[in-house]
Amino acid sequence: MATVTYLEAIRQALWDEMEQDERVFMLGQDIGTYGGAFRVTAGFLDKFGPERIVDTPISESAMIGCAIGASMMGLLPVVEMQFIDFISCGFNQIINFAAPSHYRWGQQVPIVVRGPAGGNVHGSAYHSQNPESYFHHTPGLKIVAPGTVADAYGLLRAAIHDPNPVLYFEHKYLYRRLKDELVTDGAPVPIGQARLAREGRDLSVITYGAMLQVALEAAGRLEGDGIDLEVLDLRTLKPLDQEAILATARKTSRVIVLTEEQTTGSVAGEVAARISQDAFEWLDGPVHRLCCPDTPVPYSPTLEEAYLPNVDKLVAKVRELASY
Amino acid sequence: MTTTGKNWGPLHPKTETAQPAERLAKTGLSRERQLELYHFMKLTRMVEGRLGNLYRQGKVVGGLYSSLGQEATAVGSAYALESQDVMGPLIRNLGSMLVRGVQPREVMMQYMAKSDSPTGGKDGNTHFGDLKRGLVAPISMLGAVIPVMAGVALAGKMQGKNLVALTYIGDGGTSTGDFHEGLNLAAVLNVPFVLIAENNGWAYSTPVAKQMRIKNIAARAAGYGIPGEIVDGNDVLAVYEVTKRAVERARAGAGPTLIESKTFRMKGHAEHDDAGYVPKEQFEEWKPKDPIERFERHLLGNGLAGEDDLKAIVAKIDTQLNEEVDFALASPMPPPERAFEGVYA
Repeated sequence: MATVTYLEAIRQALWDEMEQDERVFMLGQDIGTYGGAFRVTAGFLDKFGPERIVDTPISESAMIGCAIGASMMGLLPVVEMQFIDFISCGFNQIINFAAPSHYRWGQQVPIVVRGPAGGNVHGSAYHSQNPESYFHHTPGLKIVAPGTVADAYGLLRAAIHDPNPVLYFEHKYLYRRLKDELVTDGAPVPIGQARLAREGRDLSVITYGAMLQVALEAAGRLEGDGIDLEVLDLRTLKPLDQEAILATARKTSRVIVLTEEQTTGSVAGEVAARISQDAFEWLDGPVHRLCCPDTPVPYSPTLEEAYLPNVDKLVAKVRELASY
Repeated sequence: MTTTGKNWGPLHPKTETAQPAERLAKTGLSRERQLELYHFMKLTRMVEGRLGNLYRQGKVVGGLYSSLGQEATAVGSAYALESQDVMGPLIRNLGSMLVRGVQPREVMMQYMAKSDSPTGGKDGNTHFGDLKRGLVAPISMLGAVIPVMAGVALAGKMQGKNLVALTYIGDGGTSTGDFHEGLNLAAVLNVPFVLIAENNGWAYSTPVAKQMRIKNIAARAAGYGIPGEIVDGNDVLAVYEVTKRAVERARAGAGPTLIESKTFRMKGHAEHDDAGYVPKEQFEEWKPKDPIERFERHLLGNGLAGEDDLKAIVAKIDTQLNEEVDFALASPMPPPERAFEGVYA
């Protein structure tokens, strides 16, 4: 078993899919000769050729629209957003063309739109976003956000073979920082299933993406305080794993939803609402959202640190809720 | 590739009245096929007539859209496609859909939101598709279907299907970002794609002059390095011939073509709209150019059909539409629980 980075796991998933299924092809900006802004597709052009590694103009709407059309014809397109922030330029195609297609006229649109999301790399307002909540509202979409090497690989392969449009948000902070052994011939990672990343008794942190590592580190630090954290990694944001969310809430009775989104209208808010509605009798305190403030993502390291959730902020919030 | 400038006349040629209207474009189509074109144009207009009746009877639950005056563009262009080709019709392309094999009852049930409509009541009007018949359903956001059809063309090329993708846009829709992004992408990827811009003078209540500063939409083709053609959109044979050339060019691997069809919207944006903002003279100018009447004069004047032949076609359609209306009316409304089904594949 090889130890690989989170980015290498993404690359491996794309490589394996391209190699094993000729219906899979990629559209993106600078993905060919240059190998992608983050080198995810380095070497792909040589191996698979320009027919399947399609460099496009700077036209996110057309790239996604083009993928939609190709998918209707039986292909399995993967569209790379150079930074996921630019997915907003293709918003209409995703929410109005792809998402309602099956409901409206029974047509499957098996596309994947993927790209680097998240902050903590000083990318400022347009290279740090977490756009999941814009799409979370839209019926017909699936959204995945891997927080581990195994899920980076497994969820991408599942996304490519899902008959629905899937948004795959990879966290750029994890690209080269997160390393783990990768099994490429293991069981597939099903879309729609959360994973208990750490079992605990006292309080649940429900999270995903780069915040998973924050939660696990906080859990280690809180052991000394005698607080036993449970950490649920959502992995799929849409559709949410209702059962796993309610199970952990009912088990520990205290819940923090930790995400890197701006707080208002967030996926975290939806998770909190579901717990409040369906696990109210089990709760010993209010469900907390520990997210970012309602500001654009700031640039300066001192400002971005103030903006993002981190281990210190989570530990403080856990202590507050534990003593509620 | 160059833009073919030689065909570009004035926006609305004044020579129309000077020339006999029956002098339509030269065509290689046989008499039988020309009568088929007549059938589809007449069918389009008569289906829309029946839909108008159903609307006034309160049976159409949403808006009703008409292609009155534009039937030649829809029918002539769709008729130039082969069975493996794929088309993305818009709201004024009922004729294109009928050519592709859509049955009048399907459209009637769509408008009346019936359970047996192609979308089972989930969507209305001509918003449905069926890849088995080479039809992609449009969305209301104009221009969005252009990159999607470019993707259909790209897939066809990758799969070696020898197909051409064709879709439409109105004069107003050319102002969207997707018109530019989609056409540019199709051109850069050199995919087999044909875009027909129907210049019908008005985008809802907005005249073309407030949509663009150029006279001819076809001029935009130069910006994408593809051919731009202008066609008399009320001459079904001209529309057929120009589309056929573009389709053949695309199929031969020479890439996309932008065709501007000069036509006129003879009704409002939708049935509720009396088009009071359109100067009366414009309707008067375009009335004698009615595409069906012109084609009738062509067929009769050139000895391709007699009055009885045309009457027989109309009578046959009329009988068919009686059955289609009865069938559509008999379909029940969808069961409420269907509202919750089918979000995911």
